[in-house]
Amino acid sequence: MTLFLQQLLNGLSLGAIYALIALGYTMVYGTLQLINFAHGEVYMMGAFAALYIARYTGVADNPTLPGVAMVAVGAMTACAILGMLIERLAYRPLRNASRLNMLITAIGMSLLLQNIALLSFGALQNFPSLLPETQWKVIGVAVRSNDLVILGVTLSLMVALTVIVERTQIGRAMRAVSHSRDAAALMGIPVDRVVAFTFALGSVLAGAAAFLVAMDKHSVRPDMGMTGGLKAFVAAVLGGIGSIPGAVAGGLLLGLAETFVSGYLASTYRDAIAFLLLIGILLYRPAGLFGKSTVEKV
Amino acid sequence: MSRGVLAGWAVFAALLAAVWGVEVFAVPWTDPYLTDIVIRIGFSLLAVMGLALVLGFTGQFSLGHAGFMAVGAYGSAALSVYAGLHPMLGVLLGGFAAALAGAAVGLPSLRLSGDYLAVVTLGFNQIIIVLIQNTPTLGGAQGLTGIPVATNFGWTFTWVLLGAFFIRNLLQSARGRVFAAVRDNEIATRSLGIDTTRAKVVAFVIGAFWAGIAGGLIAHYRSSIFPSQFQFDRSIEILAMVVLGGTGSLSGPLLAAGVLTALPELLRPVAEYRMVIYSLLLIGMMIVRPKGLLGNGELTDLFRRRRPAKKEAA
Repeated sequence: MTLFLQQLLNGLSLGAIYALIALGYTMVYGTLQLINFAHGEVYMMGAFAALYIARYTGVADNPTLPGVAMVAVGAMTACAILGMLIERLAYRPLRNASRLNMLITAIGMSLLLQNIALLSFGALQNFPSLLPETQWKVIGVAVRSNDLVILGVTLSLMVALTVIVERTQIGRAMRAVSHSRDAAALMGIPVDRVVAFTFALGSVLAGAAAFLVAMDKHSVRPDMGMTGGLKAFVAAVLGGIGSIPGAVAGGLLLGLAETFVSGYLASTYRDAIAFLLLIGILLYRPAGLFGKSTVEKV
Repeated sequence: MSRGVLAGWAVFAALLAAVWGVEVFAVPWTDPYLTDIVIRIGFSLLAVMGLALVLGFTGQFSLGHAGFMAVGAYGSAALSVYAGLHPMLGVLLGGFAAALAGAAVGLPSLRLSGDYLAVVTLGFNQIIIVLIQNTPTLGGAQGLTGIPVATNFGWTFTWVLLGAFFIRNLLQSARGRVFAAVRDNEIATRSLGIDTTRAKVVAFVIGAFWAGIAGGLIAHYRSSIFPSQFQFDRSIEILAMVVLGGTGSLSGPLLAAGVLTALPELLRPVAEYRMVIYSLLLIGMMIVRPKGLLGNGELTDLFRRRRPAKKEAA
């Protein structure tokens, strides 16, 4: 029972990270029907942004709570800018091109960012300890302070996202664009600006996830966007791509599946689980858990 | 047999004789470095023709082509190391193993439209590498050594010729036309009563087969293979060749395969920027010339301009 509760906590913490990244994939897919492969790289760049901000502002040597918050906000801002730049430079010129062309561009963008990071930052860097890390025993379960930070930050960001999407003007515009881009444009919604905002919003969440992961793992690597991003994408597909609650559910489900498999079976299969789940879902419920199956029309 | 078919076989036989003529009379006196580059171009040609069929002609986005090369490489290597088969029989069986893997990956994911295949094939590529790294009989991460060396210029280009003729003839058959129809408008094709999923799976399996052949030849070239040779960036390299050469062309990607394999040799000093250059080329090509250098055309079209222009389909 203790092992079960421990895995549950670990899984939720891992799943929260997947969910944060998955939201970026799902929102962009909702508006542009594009798998934004570069989203994983935005997340990776966010981790490096956090590292360099912490290093050059002195927060790394002398962490204070406002300083740490500033690092987090800085990483999220850097990601937002990067996300909007990618959209403006690579995707907007192809707005009316075929989906295959957009997909190839997204792959190219992802590779470009990954290799730029590899050439300029090196293969691996250590991330400083920013928050004091402690651990409590609650009925035999080791509760780490980092897990609580991850869950707390994720929860508050999701509340904020829900408010933005459901209660604000720009949120309504986002939902309209994802429903039908052409109709939204005819209703006078500035589609390009809404798409840019969607990229920014998704990238902010990726930046937050990057900060949390870097802080928890104490290292940042140029290839973290590849593996993390892919699994988050799988999470988005599990939940039903395009659906915001789906991305959260998919992320938590994937996180739990991974920790329970490595806890009860063998940790070598951990990385295969995501893709086995994906293939299973695609076979039996192609639209995902929360997705609506659509009918193709001519 | 009609005259066209007969002429085709004659061309094939002549080219095959030329390949073995070069192997016997020219290769022993050629700089081994040059021979090495040409043979590696041959590997790229084989891998690229498979992906040209899948991506260029059928319009399905596969990101795991190197994974199928890995299946072919390790399958054929295991057969010749552990079962003592003739290497070229091993290469053939390795190709079939890759085709089988292609069916296993393609059947679930090709039922769905579009983008899912990209993710599933990418995942397949990763899983295959992890599996090989964790299998001691396949050498794990240290690589499999002691593979009999059999790949030379003659065998490589025999397979290249077989592949090129096979795919060219396939594309001109009724089934080949179906591939292009699926790419251009899947719904319209389905409404004609054609099983589009079947067509996509067939194209995918054939593409995987030729990738497996390329892998098998690579395995028997240097007596050892490593999982790192078949990672995701190899898939991207092949993808870049097809996209740059032209989606919807066979000779374009083959030309790009030759150029992009030889180019890093000429540009040794900038080798570490290779992936940056590939990615910039991909993005730039999509924005400036989305159909690739040759688009739907073939190299031979360049020599046919004086004929009355064919009616262009809109």
